[in-house]
Amino acid sequence: MTASLEPNIQPDLIETLNTVSDPEIPVLTVLDLGVIREAVEQEGKVLIKLTPTYSGCPAMDVISDDLKAAFAKKGKSVEVSLVLSPAWTTDWMSEEGMQKMEAYGIAPPLEATADKDALLGNSKLVKCTQCGSTNTRLVSQFGSTACKALFQCEDCGEPFDYFKCLK
Amino acid sequence: MEKEHLYQYIVGIADNNLVLGQRLGELCGHGPSLETDIALTNIALDLFGQTRSYYQYAAQLSAQHQTEDDVAFLRKEREYRNVLLVEQPNTHFGHVIARQFLFDVFHYLFLEQLLHSKDDTLAAIAAKAIKEVSYHKRFSSDWVKRLGDGTEESHQKMQEGISNLWRYTNELFEMTAYENEAVKAGIGIALSELKQNYYKEVNHILEEATLSVPESPYFQKGGKEGIHTEHMGYLLADLQYMQRTYPNMNW
Ligand SMILES: [Zn+2]
Repeated sequence: MTASLEPNIQPDLIETLNTVSDPEIPVLTVLDLGVIREAVEQEGKVLIKLTPTYSGCPAMDVISDDLKAAFAKKGKSVEVSLVLSPAWTTDWMSEEGMQKMEAYGIAPPLEATADKDALLGNSKLVKCTQCGSTNTRLVSQFGSTACKALFQCEDCGEPFDYFKCLK
Repeated sequence: MEKEHLYQYIVGIADNNLVLGQRLGELCGHGPSLETDIALTNIALDLFGQTRSYYQYAAQLSAQHQTEDDVAFLRKEREYRNVLLVEQPNTHFGHVIARQFLFDVFHYLFLEQLLHSKDDTLAAIAAKAIKEVSYHKRFSSDWVKRLGDGTEESHQKMQEGISNLWRYTNELFEMTAYENEAVKAGIGIALSELKQNYYKEVNHILEEATLSVPESPYFQKGGKEGIHTEHMGYLLADLQYMQRTYPNMNW
């Protein structure tokens, strides 16, 4: 990650931001997800720049409302603006977020080359979230949401979502 | 570039997404299997998301203080400028996949160029969209190969889809007046330059799928000038129903 892509987040806002989570994967906070590009307080108003994971992600509207609600509890008003550039990438998810995701039952994204191989069914790389085996197969390139693919473990039989790499 | 003309240029791009998304949305709950149903509707969602970004931008440029919903829902048939390909009906799964594949290959090549647009907003939308479209293209190409190189019946239906929709492919590269103007301004894409790569890639995958490349004696066009096939009116009736029945409703 280059320096210019680091989000600009005012340290004293982190605590409140961490109370807002992704409505689809509630174990991940918006900071884990890397969708907050900027959060600064100016003249009593919190200005937040939010970037969507996928263009059509319905979670963005909810996240925007939840941010307003979370700061309202602290007596602060919020202005959320959506920014598209630079485009979100799975690289912006935190290491901790990846671990929480896996514990939650969603296999976290592999790096780009491995991801492509896994999604083309060329190699078995995606780890089953239930038993840890990589003897898994792709069921569908699209899972319960556009950001996920559906896999099944050939060892324990568990079907599970894999969060696709987005670069 | 004049605002009004840029508006027209953007709407021209976005309408392809809207109409194809609407067609895929019709399959929600009706896909041939759970996985394909979910995949196609997820693709629809991506397309709608991209369309919203385009329409929001277009609405900002409009002289009539339009909203993104106005742009999406309140135009007349003649004012929609999508290509004929995307409005073709979901006849059977072979058609659905053929339509998707023939569009995805174009869409990807198009966004690859739009990334370099001098218009920052369009370049940003393209940078976001191309990541999603690479998944769409992978999905549709895989199905073309799987069905083409599958059973006798799947082969025949896949070929039917490709053969029936082939006549609409040439329109993807037609240039309207707004598009020519956008190219001159460094904002738009010279579509004719994508043509060779498009047919090369499409033909390559068809070959791999053991399908034959149709030799269409004629191509159909008109959508980009607002002259649509008979299917468009029905599609719009569905699409616009809520907004026409309950004016100004929103989510
Ligand atoms: Zn397992």
